Amino acid sequence: MADAHFNAIVVGAGPAGSAAALTMAEAGLKVALIERGEFPGAKNVFGGVLYRKQIEDLIPEFWKEAPLERAIVEQRMWLLGNDSVAKFGHRNERYLDPPNCWTGLRVKFDQWFAGKAEKAGALPIYETVVTELIRENGRVVGVRTDREDGDLRADVVIVADGVNSLLGKALGAHQEWMPDQVSLAVKEMIALPKEKIQDRFNLEGDEGCTIEFIGQTAGMAGLGFLYTNQDTLSLGVGVMVSDLKKHHIKPYEVLDSIKQHPMIRRLIQGGEVKEYSGHLIPEGGFDALPPLSGDGWMLVGDAAQMVNAVHREGTNLAMLSGRLAGLTAIKAHQQGSFSAGMLKSYDDTIRASIVFKDLKKYRGMHSLMRDVDSELLFNKLPQALNDAVYQMLLVDGVTKKEKQKSAIKLLRSVAGGNMDLLRLGLKGWRAMNG
Amino acid sequence: MSTGVEERLYSIRYKTDDKSHLIIKDQDVCARCTTKECNFFCPADVYLWHDEEKATSVAYENCIECGTCRLGCPTYNIEWVYPTGGYGITYKMG
Ligand SMILES: Cc1cc2nc3c(=O)[nH]c(=O)nc-3n(C[C@H](O)[C@H](O)[C@H](O)COP(=O)(O)OP(=O)(O)OC[C@H]3O[C@@H](n4cnc5c(N)ncnc54)[C@H](O)[C@@H]3O)c2cc1C
Ligand code: SF4
Ligand code: SF4
Repeated sequence: MADAHFNAIVVGAGPAGSAAALTMAEAGLKVALIERGEFPGAKNVFGGVLYRKQIEDLIPEFWKEAPLERAIVEQRMWLLGNDSVAKFGHRNERYLDPPNCWTGLRVKFDQWFAGKAEKAGALPIYETVVTELIRENGRVVGVRTDREDGDLRADVVIVADGVNSLLGKALGAHQEWMPDQVSLAVKEMIALPKEKIQDRFNLEGDEGCTIEFIGQTAGMAGLGFLYTNQDTLSLGVGVMVSDLKKHHIKPYEVLDSIKQHPMIRRLIQGGEVKEYSGHLIPEGGFDALPPLSGDGWMLVGDAAQMVNAVHREGTNLAMLSGRLAGLTAIKAHQQGSFSAGMLKSYDDTIRASIVFKDLKKYRGMHSLMRDVDSELLFNKLPQALNDAVYQMLLVDGVTKKEKQKSAIKLLRSVAGGNMDLLRLGLKGWRAMNG
Repeated sequence: MSTGVEERLYSIRYKTDDKSHLIIKDQDVCARCTTKECNFFCPADVYLWHDEEKATSVAYENCIECGTCRLGCPTYNIEWVYPTGGYGITYKMG
């Protein structure tokens, strides 16, 4: 591999890296796509929902050939109590034509997506770890890999190495994520016959449904998910690592207890666990965004904390950032300069995009999670809400006025008084509208 | 459907390298560590403190490469790198 020179090297063949490689290869740039897994996707895990818009911008009508599971027609949000649930949700036929999003499996999808970059001319270099960036006079000029004679040189390196971005750290783009800036998710793939899934989730044909749930995470800041695939369910739970550290609970034990919950148990009953997995989710939000480019490098996707946790959007932001970095590299190639000043235009396009704007909207979310007692937000409040609804709907001779009064009293006392309830409400509102 | 971690890890394909990609930098730091958090937060039960030997053992061959211990150890006492290219876990669904 020695002396090989590329216009661009992309490190990591996840959604961000493959999007960048595809964009540049299509424009005729000489691109290397490096991935540490046996194949792209081998190491990757998500919930997961794939969104149409950002993939379509790269590959028109991709859904006619891409490996997708079910088109999501309904999204539910559940607040779990000990033996109860309060539900919100939205179902809409308009989500189907064209589909808004699909469930997918990363092992299949990432291989297909990277294959698109390969077909466009990107050189695949898999089963290879980039161990460091080669720098000369402060400028990134290539990568060192764990292959023999494994140095590769390029005009620009696009760092798409995901949440454990050792390369981003080596660049000094970020120090190290704080434990409250990431969540650890564990997940199980549970096989069930198609018809069972369709009946249990009220689906026809290739329609799919997503459920996210709050509550029952042992008082830790966290979110559970249950998604329908063709003949499997994806069941998982992510918890903030700072809380996990405090609680001395094993992550898979949280998953075990969720599997016993009466509302979840009946949905997965009779299913066979086919695979266990775990992965970090960057959840630091807007204020965790690191510098995005420098002399000879750009940072994309999870490596730059580009996840909108409130809307579980990650793959789409990864692809968008990868495409924008790719477009910047094409422009730089045309102008013959890959200086920090030139690559800054990638930052500008990110700033004008939904990556930046949506993360900014939810800017306060991270501090809300970090500063407000998780036990309150993720256990006491969902439980109190369930208890309040239970009382309101229970016909037991008590007047509705009396019931409403005690329901409000309950919520207030859980929050720690009137003012605290108000303050929490305000803080929550601001967190969603930064 | 409750299962232990061994049964869970059995569902993942591993290609184990003969050298560990996870190294405890200083066992004395572990000895002084009051929380021993790594014994709990790791989703693959890779770390275990042994009172008699005064050491944390590292079952690196079970690691699912999530990165939690990399930033979760309060004293950053774990040297964490990726397994050699092609080694470690390979998911079949992901
Ligand atoms: C449990 C969970 C649920 C999620 N749910 C959703 C969802 O429903 N919808 C959604 O849109 N997003 C979801 N996300 C977020 C989404 O998965 C990520 O935002 C997205 O995968 C980021 O893409 P990426 O390409 O930046 O990083 P990754 O997908 O992590 O890809 C990085 C790639 O780089 C490779 N790599 C790393 N270091 C090196 C190296 N040194 N040398 C060579 N290769 C290297 C890795 O093996 C990997 O293939 C979820 C995440 C998790 C963990
Ligand atoms: S948490 Fe860190 S210091 Fe404590 S026992 Fe584990 S590795 Fe050692
Ligand atoms: S990377 Fe994850 S699975 Fe591997 S040892 Fe660390 S915490 Fe455990």
